[in-house]
Amino acid sequence: MARMRAVRIVFSVLAVALLVSASASAGTTQFRKLEVFSWWTAGGEAEALTALFDEYYKLHPDVWIVNATVAGGAGSVAKAVLVSRMLGGDPPDTFQVHAGRELIDTWVVAGKMEPLDDLFKAEGWDKVMPGGILDIISYNGHYWSVPVNIHRSNVLWYNKKVFQTYGLKPPRTFDEFFQVADALKARGIIPFVVGSKDGWELGHVFEDVLAGVLGPEAYRGLWTGKTRWTDPRVTQALQTFKRMMTYANSDHSALTWDGAAAYLMEGKGGMLIMGDWTDGWFTAKGFKDYGWAPTPGTAGTFVALSDTFGLPKGIKNRDTVMDWLRLLGSKRGQEAFNPKKGSICARTDCDRSLFNEYLRSAMDDWQKDEIVPSVIHGAAASESWATAFKDTVALFAARGDVAAAQRALQQACEDAGVCR
Amino acid sequence: MQRSTPAWAVAVTLKRSLARRKTSLDRVLAILTLAPSAAAVSLFVYAFIAWTGFVSLTRWRGVIPDYAWAGLRNYVRLFQHERFQTDLRNTVVFTAVFLTGCLVVGFLLAVLLDQRVAGEGLFRTVFLAPMAVSFVVTGVVWRWMLNPGTPETGYVGINLLLDKIGLGLLKSGWYTDPRIGIKAVALAAAWQMSGYVMALYLAGLRGIPEELREAARVDGATEIQIYRRVIIPLLRPITLGAVIVLGHISLKVFDLVAAMTGSGLGFSTDVPAYFMWDTTFRGNNFNQGAAIAVVLLVMVAVLIVPYLIYTMRSEAEI
Amino acid sequence: MTGAPAVKRGRRGVRMSSSSRAVLYLVLVLFAAGYLLPMYVMVVTSSKDFAEVSLATMWELPRQFSLDSFSRAWFGSREQGYTGLNDKFFNSVQLVIPAATLSSLLGSLNGYVFAKWKFRYSNLLFMLFIFGMFIPYQSVLIPLVQVLMSVGLYGTIPGLVLVHVIYGIPITTLIFRNYYAAIPTDLIEAARIDGAGFYGIYRRVLMPLSIPGFVVALIWQFTSIWNDFLFAVVITQNPAVQPITVGLNNLAGSYIVEWNVQMAGALLAALPTLVVYIILGRYFLRGLLAGSLKG
Repeated sequence: MARMRAVRIVFSVLAVALLVSASASAGTTQFRKLEVFSWWTAGGEAEALTALFDEYYKLHPDVWIVNATVAGGAGSVAKAVLVSRMLGGDPPDTFQVHAGRELIDTWVVAGKMEPLDDLFKAEGWDKVMPGGILDIISYNGHYWSVPVNIHRSNVLWYNKKVFQTYGLKPPRTFDEFFQVADALKARGIIPFVVGSKDGWELGHVFEDVLAGVLGPEAYRGLWTGKTRWTDPRVTQALQTFKRMMTYANSDHSALTWDGAAAYLMEGKGGMLIMGDWTDGWFTAKGFKDYGWAPTPGTAGTFVALSDTFGLPKGIKNRDTVMDWLRLLGSKRGQEAFNPKKGSICARTDCDRSLFNEYLRSAMDDWQKDEIVPSVIHGAAASESWATAFKDTVALFAARGDVAAAQRALQQACEDAGVCR
Repeated sequence: MQRSTPAWAVAVTLKRSLARRKTSLDRVLAILTLAPSAAAVSLFVYAFIAWTGFVSLTRWRGVIPDYAWAGLRNYVRLFQHERFQTDLRNTVVFTAVFLTGCLVVGFLLAVLLDQRVAGEGLFRTVFLAPMAVSFVVTGVVWRWMLNPGTPETGYVGINLLLDKIGLGLLKSGWYTDPRIGIKAVALAAAWQMSGYVMALYLAGLRGIPEELREAARVDGATEIQIYRRVIIPLLRPITLGAVIVLGHISLKVFDLVAAMTGSGLGFSTDVPAYFMWDTTFRGNNFNQGAAIAVVLLVMVAVLIVPYLIYTMRSEAEI
Repeated sequence: MTGAPAVKRGRRGVRMSSSSRAVLYLVLVLFAAGYLLPMYVMVVTSSKDFAEVSLATMWELPRQFSLDSFSRAWFGSREQGYTGLNDKFFNSVQLVIPAATLSSLLGSLNGYVFAKWKFRYSNLLFMLFIFGMFIPYQSVLIPLVQVLMSVGLYGTIPGLVLVHVIYGIPITTLIFRNYYAAIPTDLIEAARIDGAGFYGIYRRVLMPLSIPGFVVALIWQFTSIWNDFLFAVVITQNPAVQPITVGLNNLAGSYIVEWNVQMAGALLAALPTLVVYIILGRYFLRGLLAGSLKG
């Protein structure tokens, strides 16, 4: 008797489960699906993503978007999840990835992505985006992802009030940088604020130093094998970086970059080198007395990084993804996204009035500057190379051994198969 | 013989043999009960370990699996890697500081709470509470608290408090000082887990019969001697159990390091688990990540297998 | 020995003078203060406005006390594009209850066999079980996803339950084996003579004595499953089924972290575990006591 009852219970549970799953699948078949994988989880960037979704819904009300986001340190957790899913056999419909080698060396070379040449041609994007960015997203003569925004790496932020009080001007060269730094130091202000807790921030500063010492052409060559890492100018860049760090706050390894920015905000620090998301942070903190300039030696150079989305092979919802990519590259999509994200459009024809003062200045530079790729943010080198680069700079900051650091940088280039 | 056996004895023998037959069925049942768990463990633990071990012997870099044989090359390169050498040293230091901290503080708190303290429940909850918080949050809070600040911008965190209560001498660079580095992270971990050790010891102390202490007292032992000669030896199984649980946390510690300090200045707070995450998922060096995992497992085996054998033996004697 | 009766609350230590009592309380209070310091930082930070959050003012009370960060962490904000912890909270409940219960049940059965039904190589098998505790989870994520995909459980709460149950087997088996080892074998013999079989003994003799053991195993599993992030983030990709730790992680942006909201979220996420400790703390201790002295 008891057994009979147990069997009956099991069957009824199964029946209910079947009914539920049947009705669930019936519910979803009316909607087409789109899963968007990104690390934009909070703050302005999440608002910007929602704005994009809203635009998408206006155009395609029959699509159900699954917003799969994973936060964490500029995307490092997201990358682990993405790799596990791709290798485990469950690729998301489309995923956020930094433009350039991060996408190309990881996924394009592996044959996991589809080229987007037709889309670029049909939408005329090769006409409205600068050649510099088109170069970064190209490989073997094809386009591989759609850039939705542009961030700038080489920005020097300074406290206007402090600079005014002591009659200083933002430095254009490294010599001027050290003069300003000495002046600030004499007043008991930390000349150069740095936060290096997450490991990538020092690499970020160093890439801007490299760009400043070598100039755009030679800097670009470092990543293609045209400029040698044994070049004396690399030595000079290492020495310059080392000297800059002597002006940094002694607790830099305890701070994330925003902790360093807080010193600047409180007037305890003078200068900070960080990407243009700093602008959004200052705004969120209600701080207005900040100024900006290209980092020393990089006037006329735009060290760029860009968030892009691509088209993985073998996904279930190709149609909805194509619509998504079309929206991302469009004027409408980029204008909805970028003012909220605090970045500028990859296109050069966005409406300036939508952007704040800093972003308008970045838009001007984007039109006329030499565009070079950021390494620490995925554009210039494969991820294993970028990781080795980051580790080398971090160790160099602690030990200060120029020759060893230069050897390690050369070794990383060889390991990546770019240098012999 | 048979004839002379009384009836009650026959009954007992019968019942025994019935029980024995039942026993063999029961043994089968016992093994069947273990079977699902054993199957799950052999797939999810041992097959995966084997997979990891295999990957560590290949040339797999990048996201396309590459099973070309590399032999022990990954291990050789790993042990030559400066970062990994630092990591191994850090793991030893972390384990030592974390274990000692938890055991000493946990024991001290247990002894104190064992003195019929008013509000014991409240104290106990306070000491256990950190366990409820995830390591990620612990990491962030401790990063702030142990942030030294700078002479120019003023001291912050613990240093500021020390200044305020006149103990400015104890100010330190904490984890930003490479000589301290990982020890500061171990401090945060000890804050989180020492309450657990306290609970274990408190339970142990309560389990020691009062007569034992009385007897020692009658023999003229001082309180300190009682703890040294009687109580601490009796608590040894608890200590060993705690060492195992804490040891596995310290070898696997990852979230805490990631949230609190990252790799630190010159890798002074880096640990193998963090390096493994970095190289596998940031650098896509799957072979190197797998090699680190295998080294970690070997270290665990060295630590735990003797303990397990010891426990089994000492139990067999009982 | 069955736990509760063994607690001999005898008079501890020698008679203390009132001055050494005072020292005792002083030491305890100092320790408690030290333990509460990080909690204080969490509470104070979470009741601040983002503009006010800074290292320099870490110890200071908020200029204006506000629960805004708590409501933002809990409810999220549709316009600002991030989801709160509220629906994730119930996902975690749906995850942690079956996972903790099932793994405790399994652990108790396994522990019963390892403690009372030793067979040839059972000790070796037990050691192999325990060793499983030490596997670094970061290294098995890829095969794990593949296995779950192949049984159709990837991306679901049942899949995550399965993973936690399996990786919980070592610790729960350890807890229960040690616990049952302390139960006299005579009790089992007696039941066996009375004709109880394998499951009969478990049900009639051990189960009723197991409550403190279950409390320990459940608390341990509850805490570790509730706080797990790695499995949760890799296995559940759909926000509709993600547990609270993923939601907590997602309160942070990629470059900008609003620490007040993050801390508020962390406190909310820690609440259930804290409540469990406060309510079950006494039984936790009792269970540890029963299982710990032996083994």
